[in-house]
Order: sequence, then C-alpha cells, then structure tokens
Amino acid sequence: MTQLLAAHELGRQSPTTGQWLLRNVSLQVDSGDRLALVGPTGSGKSLLLRALALLDPLDCGEVRWRTRAIPDHDVPRYREQVLYLQQRSPVIEGTVAHNLQLPFSLHRRESLTFPRDRTLVLLDDLGKGADFLDSRTENLSGGERQLVAVLRALLVDPAVLLLDEPSAALDRQATSDLERLVDRWQSAGPRERAYLWVSHDPSQAERMAKRTIHLQDGRVVAS
Amino acid sequence: MIDQVSYLELSYWQVALATLLILFNGALSLVLKLGLGRRLLIAASRTTVQLLLVGLVLQKVFALRHWAPVLGLGLAMVLIAGLAAVRRTSRRFPGIWLSSTLSILVSSWVVAGIGLGAIVRVEPWYLPQYAIPFLGMILGNALTGISLGLDRFTEALVQGRDQVELYLALGATRWEAALPAIRQAVRTGMIPILNSMTVAGLVSLPGMMTGQLLAGVPPAQAVKYQIVIMFLIASVTGLGTVGAVLLSYLRLFNRRHQFAYHLMRVT
Repeated sequence: MTQLLAAHELGRQSPTTGQWLLRNVSLQVDSGDRLALVGPTGSGKSLLLRALALLDPLDCGEVRWRTRAIPDHDVPRYREQVLYLQQRSPVIEGTVAHNLQLPFSLHRRESLTFPRDRTLVLLDDLGKGADFLDSRTENLSGGERQLVAVLRALLVDPAVLLLDEPSAALDRQATSDLERLVDRWQSAGPRERAYLWVSHDPSQAERMAKRTIHLQDGRVVAS
Repeated sequence: MIDQVSYLELSYWQVALATLLILFNGALSLVLKLGLGRRLLIAASRTTVQLLLVGLVLQKVFALRHWAPVLGLGLAMVLIAGLAAVRRTSRRFPGIWLSSTLSILVSSWVVAGIGLGAIVRVEPWYLPQYAIPFLGMILGNALTGISLGLDRFTEALVQGRDQVELYLALGATRWEAALPAIRQAVRTGMIPILNSMTVAGLVSLPGMMTGQLLAGVPPAQAVKYQIVIMFLIASVTGLGTVGAVLLSYLRLFNRRHQFAYHLMRVT
C-alpha cells in the first residue's frame, strides 16, 4: 500500500466569526482505500473534502500528495488526481456529451481526446445506450444528472475520488446505480484507485467503505 | 482652428428666468400632491451650486494656463469616477476600490493623452479648454462601463459559484474557471457605449456636439469632434472595464487556484 493523500493537522476558521470549523484534522488515504466519512450535519464533512481538494485556503496544516507538498502551480494537476465531486455537482446546459467532454476542453487535457468507447462501456453498465449522450441535460432526472456528474469525474481518471453525499437526493435505484458505478471504477481499474465517500446513511457507509472516519465539531473523533 | 465662434451671452437674470420653469414644476407637484417639492428644491439647488462652483474652478484653471492645476483637476475627477463606479455595484470585496480607480486612472489618462496629443493635437497638450471636457466626457462614460462590468463579474461569480468550483475541481486553472465570468462582465460593460454609438445622431444629438453647435461651430466640424470623442470613450470603456475586471479577478482568485468566495460582501 502506498500513501496517496495525507492531511496533517488541518485547521480552518470561519472568515467572519473566527470560530474553528475544522481543527487538527489528520487523515491518510492509501492506494486502494474505500473510506467513508460520517458525522452529524455541520460537523465539517464538506469543508474537509473541500480542504482536501485545496479549494479553500487553510488556516493551518498541510495536505501532501504522495508524501510531497503541493506547490501553487501544481494545484490544478493535483485536483485531477484528487477529484472532488460537489454535493450537487452542476450539470451545464447542453447535451450529456457536452458535459462529459467538459474536462477535455481544459488546457491541461488538450492533448487528450474524449474517450468515447470507454464512456459507452460505462453507460452500458448503467443500462444506457449511445443515444443518452445526445440527451439534453434539462430533460434528465435528478438521478441521471448525478450519474452524468460522476461519469464526468471518472473520465478525468483520478486516483482519489472525494464524493460529497453523492446520493443525498437520489431514489433507491439511482443510488444503487451510482454505488455500482463507483464500486466498479475502484475495483476494476488500477489498484491505486481510492475514494472517500461522505454519507449520512450508516448502511451506505457499511456497504461502500472498509474504514469509516467519524467527524464531530470539526474534529476526527474516531476512525 | 475655428475662428467664427459666436454665441449669445447669458446674464444671471436670464438664468433666474429659467428658474421660473422649475417653480412651475414645484407648483405642479403641490397641486397633484406628488410630494416631489422637497426633492425638486434640493436637486435644483444642487445643480445650481455645483455648476457655479465648477464654473469658478474652471474659470481659475483656464486663466492659469499651467499644467499643474489641469493635472490636479484631472486626478480629482479620476478619483471621483473610480469611487462612483464602485458605489453603483451591489457586491464588494477588499480591493475593489483600488481595482476600479487604478483602471480608470490608467485607461482614461492614456486614451485622453492619445486623443489630445496625437489626434486633436492640442498645443500645449494640457490646454484646459480641451483637456478637461475630454477627460470629463471620457470618465462619465467609462465609469458606467466599469461599474456595470464589476457588478456583472461579481454577480456571475456568486450565481455561478458551483460552476466555477466545478471547473476548478476538474483541474481547471483559476483563469479557465473565471473566464466565462470575465467575458460576461466585459461584454456587459461595453453595452452602453455600443448602444450610444449605434443610435448616435438618430435618437438625440450627443451632448458635446450640441454644445459646439450652440457655440456656433459648423455642423461638419462638430460631427468630426463627436466621432473622435465617441471612439475615445469606447476605447477607455473597453480598457477600463477589462482592467477593473482583471484586477478584481486577481483579488478573488489566489495563486493556489482558489476562488475566494468568502471575500465577497453584499452591500
């Protein structure tokens, strides 16, 4: 097992009140890890994921990638490796294909072409055909939109996926589709792949994770 | 140069006569119970006092014929425009005042300099009769563009925060994540001047041209001046808006490719 992501003593204060939102949070994600992050509402789960994705400035502590510090100019590359999926990841106007191609419109991935065949395989797993690619996003159900967001993330080929309550607003069928998608991605690909899944549902944490981190009032209380 | 400038001189009595029209407005407000009397009085008094004061200052600056008071007045005008542009925005962040004032200063002075020195070829370059009205017209319009641009930029970032962060999370640089908002902002800032250039002369005669016609300048000459000033305004609006939006971008997106949403405050 190699160490992928390590957070050391992360701390974040509220910019307005100065209250600590995260305090002394240390955790490690190793290759092949399937982690769940649980805790009551307001315990700092989303903030912790955002901190791990380097989306917010930290007030103290450090995030390391493969034991190294991450310099400013490497942050976009790091975020491709450690991909954060927002709770309600936005689906942009246009078609599903348009959304899945979005990461490939970025300068960093200019040399890469959109992996259409791989996409079709993933879609087939979900019981969708090639015509799904041409569906307009405004006609999709909430579950389908979330699947598009997850697919878009997977096609970037991250090593670590940070999922922020991805199934919070989904019905049972869509939830199981999503779990299957992430599970297959993790188990079928390179051994390195790992994820950290925020969930408020203990049974989901049980299903999807081998280890659970408990967060309360911005601190890790058990793992 | 134009030499046969001729206009009718106005005495203060004649101005007082015009006041009667405002009094009539006031009477109308009383009769119809519009409740505008007080505001009308304040507005009319402000117009009178402000313009008389400006007249005095300009009289003085025109008489001095020295570059220092012209530059001083120009600087004061820029500061007022920079602050006015921000006052019209609905969201603020630390550094917005500097972003606005600095971009107005650089864009208006550079373009006014080109206009006065290279296009109209005023000699000496600081001749207040040209320099001050030019700067005034440029600033008045540029500040509209800049305030619209800044307003749109912060609005787009706040409304589109999820999308900005989606881009960042997918590995976009801060520039790629902000570019859609930057584009929207600059487009919005340019709309008023594009509109006024489109309808110039059709809907109403532009202010400077009107003034020149009143002063007895031949229409063909007045038109040329108006075209030049329109282009100067368009150029300052473009430069100023791009400058203000880019400086704001640097404030709101740090070197670690993070969007500093928490800096934004609603006014």
